[in-house]
Amino acid sequence: MLVIGERINGMFKDIANAIKTGDPTAVQEWAKRQEDNGAAWLDINCGPASDDPVSHMKWLVEVTQEVAKAPLALDSTNYDAIEAGLEICKQPPLINSVPAEWPKMERVFEMAAKYEAGVVGLAMNEQGIPKDAESRVALAMELCAAADSYGVPMEDLYIDPLVLPCNVGQDHGPEALETIRQVKTLADPPPRTTVGLSNISQGTKNRELINRTFAVMGIAMGLDTAVADADDDELMEAIACARIIMNLDIYCDSFVEVYKDRW
Amino acid sequence: MAFNIVKEKYRNKISQVTIGATKEEGGTRTSTVTIGGEEALPYLHFEGNIPNRPVTALEVWDIAPPGWNECFNQYYGDVYNDVGEWARKCVEEYGAEMICLRLKGADPDEDNRSADECEAALKKVLDSVGVPIIVLGCGKFEKDNEIFMKVAESGAGENLLMGVAEQENYKTLTAAALGYKHAIIAQSPIDINIAKQLNIMIGEMNFDTDRIVMDPTIAAVGYGIEYGYSIMQRARFGALGGDKAMAKPMIGNIGWEVWKTKEANAPVSDFPEWGEQEPRGINWEIVTATSLLCAGLNIAVLRHPSSLAVVKKTIDDLMKPNSY
Repeated sequence: MLVIGERINGMFKDIANAIKTGDPTAVQEWAKRQEDNGAAWLDINCGPASDDPVSHMKWLVEVTQEVAKAPLALDSTNYDAIEAGLEICKQPPLINSVPAEWPKMERVFEMAAKYEAGVVGLAMNEQGIPKDAESRVALAMELCAAADSYGVPMEDLYIDPLVLPCNVGQDHGPEALETIRQVKTLADPPPRTTVGLSNISQGTKNRELINRTFAVMGIAMGLDTAVADADDDELMEAIACARIIMNLDIYCDSFVEVYKDRW
Repeated sequence: MAFNIVKEKYRNKISQVTIGATKEEGGTRTSTVTIGGEEALPYLHFEGNIPNRPVTALEVWDIAPPGWNECFNQYYGDVYNDVGEWARKCVEEYGAEMICLRLKGADPDEDNRSADECEAALKKVLDSVGVPIIVLGCGKFEKDNEIFMKVAESGAGENLLMGVAEQENYKTLTAAALGYKHAIIAQSPIDINIAKQLNIMIGEMNFDTDRIVMDPTIAAVGYGIEYGYSIMQRARFGALGGDKAMAKPMIGNIGWEVWKTKEANAPVSDFPEWGEQEPRGINWEIVTATSLLCAGLNIAVLRHPSSLAVVKKTIDDLMKPNSY
């Protein structure tokens, strides 16, 4: 599993403040810090409070790219903001995200094809998040079909089964994991998979333990990526170890360092 | 409906290593070789760029090699005692693209030659031929560490490929290659985990890991070639899938391994049903080399001139594009 570093998000005070004042220091510090600890992408999200997501997204992309080599994940429900980011990304980013709904899929997959970007596809639609794996997989299939019809290859589609906090939606845990397993059988080559890792531990005690436990369980099921805290050393170590056990990386004594040393 | 070929997408490519330096580049070579750079599995030209052809080298020793099969006398017998002339013959008559100088004379169990004598041997080879040079120690750690620095120094500017660094003995050679800007061979004992770790340890000495050529240690046909083959294959899968520590070109000492085997050396009188000894040995060397080329080998170090000719022709054929 590769990590999409979650920290450049306007929900965090220091990033919100950076957006407000136009001082890129905090953004750039987090970009480097996440990259140094093994993030494979950097998530870019202006946060819910942004009054001008288009220009804020552009600014975050610009200042992040000044210091970081990692590709970005443009995270917004405002597709104009995403397109503004796509236009200036130096390498193909991820679009985070689109639900299995028309006409949203049309807009997003058209952009993805044009900019050769990856897409995070959410296993949900107008009716919300399904309760069981079966319904989630059905929505994943709709996303696969839509991506294919716009010429977006399966390797560029990242299905998110949607994870709920384990204290309030405990019954969703096994369904999300089962969805990951089944999504991998939908096509050959299969679509990739992703989750918003920290969702599993919202409002719980001992969040880091829950996050990394879910991460390694997800990896065993075929989880390819997660939006997660790349600054959490124990999480990154657990992922590195799970990748060895799943034969995804060739073992060597320095396997943790090798996993983190992406750039 | 048009047929669409399914193509694998690779996330990484093999690092590209240049060996040798011309006058303009600070050396005295008349040609250089560049290996690696593959963006797809071996010779799948339709899936990705394979920018550089594998190259062949012939092995020369700084002493007359005790124990080489008598069939080599007709090719090298007159030059066994003159390493410069031996190298010249390999290049000018037999077409070797590189020379692999093995400083076996330094071995305490052979002639126990000094660092100065090793330096002189390298100088002779450098003066006699214009192709890039691979230099190998004698294989005994303590002695190799005495000669590596001197050899690296005397080859300064020539961009040699020096070997071998092993897990238990890599620091002296790495320091020597680092100081005099040579490329390095990292050798692992048919063990992919050690191969990866060694590359990382060499990198930790601030050596540019894009200047490493991996020697995974190969074996001849019939002697476990499948172990080396599968390690090379797995290394390539890992490398192209994004594993930077494995994304290095590879070298194999084909001649060294093949000409140890009974099948290459036994006289026809011992095994009449096996046929003549020399063509049998040549074929053993060719089959070993071509098999490993298919696993991704970038430098084939050979011994017999006839093997070299056939392997070069095979490489020409493998490099013909098959794009769709």
